[in-house]
Amino acid sequence: MSPKNAPREKRTGVFVCHCGINIAGTVDVKKVAETVGRHKGVVHAEDYVYMCSDPGQKLIVEAIKSQGLDSVVVACCSPTLHESTFRNAAKSAGLNPYQLEIANIREQCSWVHKDKDKATRKAIRITKSIIEKVKRNVSLQPISVPVTKRTLVIGGGISGIQAALDVANAGHEVILVEKSPSIGGHMIQLSETFPTLDCSQCILTPKMVEASKHPKIKLMTYSEVQDISGFVGNFKVKILKKPTYVDPEKCTLCDECSKVCPIVVPNEFDLGMTGRRAIYIPFPQAIPASYILDDKSCPSLFPIACGKCYHVCKPKAINYDMKPEIVEVDVGAVIVATGYDLYDKENMAEYGRGKYPDVLDGLQFERLCSASGPTKGQIIRPSDHKVPKEVVFIQCSGSRDPELHCAYCSKICCMYTAKHAMLYKHHVPDGQAYVFYIDIRSGGKNYEEFVQRAVENDGVLYLRGKVSKVFQEGDKLKVWGADTLTGKKIEIDADMVVLAQAMRPAKGADDVAKILKVPTDKDGFLAEAHPKLRPVESVTAGMYLAGAAQAPKDIPEAVAQASGAASKVLALFSSDTLSHNPVIAVVDEDLCSGCKLCIAMCPYGARIYNPEKKIVEVNDVLCEGCGSCIVACPSGAAQQINFTDEQIHSMVDTILEE
Amino acid sequence: MEHFEPKIVCFACNWCTSAGADLAGTSRMEYDPSGILIRVMCSSRVDPQHVLWAFRKGADGVLLGGCHPGDCHYVDGNTKTLRRMILLKKLMGDLGIEPERLRLDWISAAEGKKFVSVMNEFTDQVRTLGPLELDGQTNPLGRE
Repeated sequence: MSPKNAPREKRTGVFVCHCGINIAGTVDVKKVAETVGRHKGVVHAEDYVYMCSDPGQKLIVEAIKSQGLDSVVVACCSPTLHESTFRNAAKSAGLNPYQLEIANIREQCSWVHKDKDKATRKAIRITKSIIEKVKRNVSLQPISVPVTKRTLVIGGGISGIQAALDVANAGHEVILVEKSPSIGGHMIQLSETFPTLDCSQCILTPKMVEASKHPKIKLMTYSEVQDISGFVGNFKVKILKKPTYVDPEKCTLCDECSKVCPIVVPNEFDLGMTGRRAIYIPFPQAIPASYILDDKSCPSLFPIACGKCYHVCKPKAINYDMKPEIVEVDVGAVIVATGYDLYDKENMAEYGRGKYPDVLDGLQFERLCSASGPTKGQIIRPSDHKVPKEVVFIQCSGSRDPELHCAYCSKICCMYTAKHAMLYKHHVPDGQAYVFYIDIRSGGKNYEEFVQRAVENDGVLYLRGKVSKVFQEGDKLKVWGADTLTGKKIEIDADMVVLAQAMRPAKGADDVAKILKVPTDKDGFLAEAHPKLRPVESVTAGMYLAGAAQAPKDIPEAVAQASGAASKVLALFSSDTLSHNPVIAVVDEDLCSGCKLCIAMCPYGARIYNPEKKIVEVNDVLCEGCGSCIVACPSGAAQQINFTDEQIHSMVDTILEE
Repeated sequence: MEHFEPKIVCFACNWCTSAGADLAGTSRMEYDPSGILIRVMCSSRVDPQHVLWAFRKGADGVLLGGCHPGDCHYVDGNTKTLRRMILLKKLMGDLGIEPERLRLDWISAAEGKKFVSVMNEFTDQVRTLGPLELDGQTNPLGRE
C-alpha cells in the first residue's frame, strides 16, 4: 500500500455479541473483544450478551457519542439479519450508516465449528478483516430515484386478475398481459370448485368483466412480454402484441366467419376434446369478446388464398394486414402470475401415454362436467359417447414420484379428485367411482369435511394404493392396482380413467422468468425471496409472485397471494421516490483512458461514454453495484465504493496475517 | 507434513454463496475452519489480481463462489468470473502455483450442504497439496 492511499486514522469501535450461547458457546467472545481491541485504529471494544436488544444498541449509540467513533464493527449474526438494525442505531447517534459493518461470526463461524480455540481464532480474523474494511469506508447517502406508479401483471388467470384489480382499485394503473386470446386462465375451464361446488365460471366472469371495464386496467391479451430492463420503480418493458386479424371493436360475434372457415384444429379450451375453426372465439364469455384468426392454423393467410371469412364479415372487422406490434411501457413493479399447466399425460407410460381416448386428465374431466363444455355437462366417454358406469380416478399421477416424474405433491389433486368423483356420482347416480390414493391431504377450511362427504354421502370407493398399469381391452380399460390396506391385488374393468396429473409451471413460464431475471426453483416454479417470511416477493426487487407460478396451490391460496403481491406493490408506491443502493461504481477521471472495456461488462447500460471528457462515466441510478466493470478496468480508474481493491487487499492481508 | 493447517481465502458473492454459507450455519452443519469468507456483492467483483494477491500474501488456496449460471443476481456476472478464472488458472502454472489451489464453484443460497462439502473438499485438496511455497527471489509474484 503506498503512503498516499494509507487510510486517515479512524476511530473504530468494535462490539462483540454473545447471542446468548449461540456465539459465546463456541467462540470466546471476551477474547475476541480483547484481541481486536488491540488492533490498530480500534479505540473501543466490548462484548455484550445481546447486541440487537435495546440496551445492546444503546451501548453502541453511547460509545459512538462518548468515544467519538467514526466507524463501527458489530461482530454478530449475518448482515442479512441485523445490518439495518445497527445501521439505524448508528444513524441515531449521528454516524453515517455506511460507516458500520457487520462481522458475521455466528452463521459463518460459531454455528459451524465445534473447536472453541479454532472458532475463536477464526472469529478474530473475520472481525479484524471487517475492521480493515470499515476503516476505508466512505460515508454515503442513498440515491433517490422516482417511482413509476404503474404495474405490469403477467398472466390473466385468477391470480393475475385479482392482483390487477387490487392494485387498480387503489388508484394505480395496471397493464395486464395475457398470452392467450382471453383472460380467465385455467379457472374459466373448471366446472365446479371445491369445497362449495360453486360454478367456477359464475364466480370468475364477474371479476373478468370488472377487470376489463376498470378504467385503471389496460388489458393486453394475445400479448407476451419480450424484454424488460431497468430496476425497481423504473422498469422499461417491451410487450409483443400478436395480430388477431379481427378488430374487437367491430366484431359483433355473429359467428358467420367461423361457419365458412374450412379449417378445423383441436380446441385448446376443451383440451382437444372438440375442434375449432382457424377463426374462432375461445369460449362464449371470452374477454375481449371478439373472434380471432389464428395465423398458425390458417394456411391461406400468407399469401391470402381463401378469404372466405373476410367476405362474410358484415361489419368488416377482419383485417388481414394486421401486423405484430411492439408496445413499450414504463412500470414501477411487476407481478408474475404465469400459472400452471398439467403434466402432460403423454409422460405416463404406465397409463397409456395419452393414447387411450377414455383416459382423461383432470382438466379434460372438468370440461366434461362443465355446463358449457363439449357435452353440455353430460358425462360420456369420448370414444363411443356412452355413459361410463365404472370410473377410476388415479391420484398422484406424476406427483410424489421422484424416480420417474415430479417429486413434489401437487397439493390440489386430493381435493379436486374428491370433487370429480362427487360430480360423477351426481351425474351418474348408478355408476361406481373408485379413487386410488397414496394419502389424502385435505388441509384447508372445510376440505376434510368435503372429502368425507364424497365417501359417506356419495359412496365413492377410496382404495389406498397406486395403480401400476392401465391398458385397453376391448371397450374396457383394465386397471391393475393394489389395495395396500388389505394387501390385495385389484383389477377393475373401467369405462373411464381420470388422471390427477401433477401441476407444472405453465409452458413458456421459464422464458418469462429468464426475461424478467427472476430465479426459479429446481422444479421450474418461480423462487420466492424467503420460503417463510417473503413468500410473495422474488429476490429481484420490484418483482412479485402470485398464484401457481410460485408453487402448486388452489384458488383461495392463489387469490390470497395475489392480494399479498398487490399490497407489496402498493407499499412500494406509497412514496414518490425510492432509495437506491449507493454502493456503486465510480470513476477516477484522471485515470480513465476512455477505452470503453467497462461498457461491455455492464448488464444495466450504466456505463456511458462521455465524448467531451473522453472518459466513461457511471449512471448512479442505473448502476446496481456488482463490480464487474471494475475488474475489467485496466488502469484502475474504476472502483466500487466501499469495495475498493485496497479494501479487498487489506481484508486478505488480515485474514492471512500470522 | 504434520498438522498442516492451510490458509484459505474464500470470496463469496452476497446473494448466493454467502447466503449458502449462512444456511449452512442456520442448519448447524460443521465444516473445516481453515477458510475465511470475504463477502463481495458479486463474484464478478473478484479480480484475478485479488486471487494472486492472496497467494502472494500467504494463502494456500483460494475458493471463489458465485450463483449458478443463469441465476446471477446481476444477470451474468458469474459467467464473466468464469471466463476470467479459466484464464487465470492457465497462467497460474507458469507462476509456479498449482491450478488446483484455485477453485470456482456455483453455490446457491439454498445449498448450505453444497457449501459445506465444497469447503471440506477444497480444504482437503489444499491440505494434500501442502503449503504453497513461493521463492521470494525468483517467483514472479514476489511473495513476501
